[in-house]
Amino acid sequence: MGAGHAHRLYRHGHSPVHALPPHTKLAAAFAFVVVVVSTPREAIWAFGLYAVLLGVVAHLARVPAAFLLKRLLIEVPFVAFAVLMPFVAEGEQVDVLGLSLSVNGLWGAWNVLAKGTLGVAASVLLASTTELRELLLGLQRLKLPPLLVQIASFMIRYGDVITDEMRRMRIARESRGFEARGVRHWGVLAKSAGALFIRSYERGERVHLAMVSRGYAGSMPVIDEVTASRAQWSYALALPVAALVVCLLGWTL
Amino acid sequence: MHVPDGFINAPISAATGVVAAGAVAVSLRGARRELDERTAPLAGLVAAFIFAVQMLNFPVAAGTSGHLLGGALAAILVGPFTGVLCVSVVLLMQGILFADGGLTALGVNITDMAIVTTVVGYAVFRGLVKVLPRSRRSITVASFAAALLSVPAAAVAFTLIYAIGGTTDIAIGKVATAMIGVHVLIGIGEAVITALTVGAVVAVRPDLVYGARGLQQRLKLRVNGELVDAPDATPVPAAARTSRRKLWITGLVTSLVLAGFVSFYASANPDGLEKVAHDKGIDKKEEKHASSDSPLADYGVKDIANARLSGGLAGVIGVGVTVVAGSGVFWAVRRRRSTDTSPTAVENV
Amino acid sequence: MDPVSTPSLEVSGLAFAYPDGHQALFGVDFSIGRGERVALLGPNGAGKTTLVLHLNGILTGGAGTVQVAGLPVGKRHMAEIRRRVGIVFQDPDDQLFMPTVREDVAFGPAAAGLKGPELEERVDRALAQVGMGQFKDRPPHHLSFGQRRRVAVATVLAMEPEILVLDEPSSNLDPASRRELADILRSLDVTVLMVTHDLPYALELCPRALILSEGVIAADGKTGELLSDQELMRAHRLELPFGFDPRSVTPDA
Repeated sequence: MGAGHAHRLYRHGHSPVHALPPHTKLAAAFAFVVVVVSTPREAIWAFGLYAVLLGVVAHLARVPAAFLLKRLLIEVPFVAFAVLMPFVAEGEQVDVLGLSLSVNGLWGAWNVLAKGTLGVAASVLLASTTELRELLLGLQRLKLPPLLVQIASFMIRYGDVITDEMRRMRIARESRGFEARGVRHWGVLAKSAGALFIRSYERGERVHLAMVSRGYAGSMPVIDEVTASRAQWSYALALPVAALVVCLLGWTL
Repeated sequence: MHVPDGFINAPISAATGVVAAGAVAVSLRGARRELDERTAPLAGLVAAFIFAVQMLNFPVAAGTSGHLLGGALAAILVGPFTGVLCVSVVLLMQGILFADGGLTALGVNITDMAIVTTVVGYAVFRGLVKVLPRSRRSITVASFAAALLSVPAAAVAFTLIYAIGGTTDIAIGKVATAMIGVHVLIGIGEAVITALTVGAVVAVRPDLVYGARGLQQRLKLRVNGELVDAPDATPVPAAARTSRRKLWITGLVTSLVLAGFVSFYASANPDGLEKVAHDKGIDKKEEKHASSDSPLADYGVKDIANARLSGGLAGVIGVGVTVVAGSGVFWAVRRRRSTDTSPTAVENV
Repeated sequence: MDPVSTPSLEVSGLAFAYPDGHQALFGVDFSIGRGERVALLGPNGAGKTTLVLHLNGILTGGAGTVQVAGLPVGKRHMAEIRRRVGIVFQDPDDQLFMPTVREDVAFGPAAAGLKGPELEERVDRALAQVGMGQFKDRPPHHLSFGQRRRVAVATVLAMEPEILVLDEPSSNLDPASRRELADILRSLDVTVLMVTHDLPYALELCPRALILSEGVIAADGKTGELLSDQELMRAHRLELPFGFDPRSVTPDA
């Protein structure tokens, strides 16, 4: 258990991007996505520039393209949805290769694909250059309510416990010849879920007692102060600022 | 059901962001009443659990598969306020770590998957528990119904959000049919899993089910053979109750901002404009059916002009409002909760 | 080592029933003097853990009182009580929940309001006491079980408790780790209450022992004498390992 402190998405490294304080990176990623989403979809070139910007960040962070692209696969369900759009959307139709497609649907598909992909890529870069606990510290620095930060940190902590228990239970199931195949097996899966909850809960309860025993009274004590210098802020915010310039050009051109 | 960036337009993303921030702020207060000292760990565990069961995809008809939303489950296990927090945290972490659901679409995702499922689920649950006889079976039955309804409710909410803020103009009927149809099926799966989970937990550790707290009985204590009344064991929440006024002010400000926003949106709806243009386009097309060989160019220019004018403006204002309102709410809540004030830029995530 | 005027721990008439109706304690009375090392022996289900959870007020609401260095355990002094009573739980994985050893050890003192160099110094001292100084920046889950238990002891020592309560400290330890932990415990200048059913370990470390059985203290005396009383041992389901003769060990004082 406990592997949660070095999550699978994180790529260990010592690049300048890795070294930035987590809250600056969070703020930058969020601002970047906000800017991207506010860009008019017709400014196709702007999205190309955004991609280039992210490419530069990836290069600085020494995140290989293959890694980035593989992680982008999470988007696949939405790609499928986007591909359907031109067929189901209404309005002006245009013939492409003998298929009748909706113009609006095409724009919509492009819009979702472009913005979605850039958003996913930004998140992937953030997650691959920031450790989980740093992310949590960053969220705390960004004034996310402490209760939420704590729920998140416990969630990550228990994620491992649960995955562990889940794996053990699955092995136990499968070694008795069970395989989930359809509606008939929901019951078994659901009963597993109940057992899983109790098993994980009782573990959580014990940890909680240990915390309370050491004076925990509802909020995590501050052990390290994370601060970001002006230079670090400006370095991190270079990305969204550059994106903002592109975005403004997108409106005016 | 995780909505990516750019799927819902900026004003509606911002408006749902404000709704979500407000709901989270209210829930933060409520959660302290629902749970005692152990709030965060228990809620974290439930969040992790929901994270895990969201990965537990189960087959739905026609080759698709759906996942649990978990809102009803969370509400029943840890109470509605904590439930909202749990699902919100799950969505936030999924967005940041797994890029599942866009960061700017967080408001949309929290609104339909955290708030709607939890509120609907809990309302149905409480309602049924009040009506049904006091027994474990009733808890299970109520959980089933709560989960069953919560999922299509989320689908309806999504459809509504899409109807006013979807960036692509797909007939709302189609969206509704697809979304609600699929989610009725998912709802059945969720209902089965929720009922069995709650049933299993109630059977072993009834004290863990928030919704079943009424079923516990008072106990007596035996000291040296004599029966002594046990002191009331209900723990008093550790957190001090701060004034109700701030909650009201927060709620008021939130709704004012929201109201302002909706009216702003009503007048400057970029997609509404697009839609008008588009409807006109259809008319035009029908009128000069024979003559027009390139309706695309005509329509396209119009569309761009409109979108740029209104979309950009609305987007900037909308996003600004979310950031300001969200930060304001979080700041207010945080400030009240902790004395640890350290100078940083106030940002909203 | 007779109890001095204010005992470290004084329990009187403690009774408790769980919400599910199961009554675990039926009036427990004992007192532990400052600097004593006492073993609390008892079979499974005797109420040992329940008793431990009363010592720092995690469980309350039954009858009877607990006093730590003269301070009654109750809502009013909870923070102070939890600082004074350091509980080391059976499973170190429950006790170690922070990402690094350092942060884990700092958790208790930081919750009590310590910060900066003072906090750092406290952490270093506690880690040095258990010989884990060089593991400060390691994640706890990367340590061996024996090392994790030692860190768990350090997390409690960092709070400079009045009394150290150890729940099954020798469970799951290999012989070498067992020996190391015993040496550490002997070197500490603090009152120790060791809850265990590892009788040889109790005999080795604690001159005095209490037997908790069916929710009451059934015997209180010199560890060697109690363990040699075969009738008493049998009556309370306590068994020495095969071939072990308690008279062969001379407990250190």
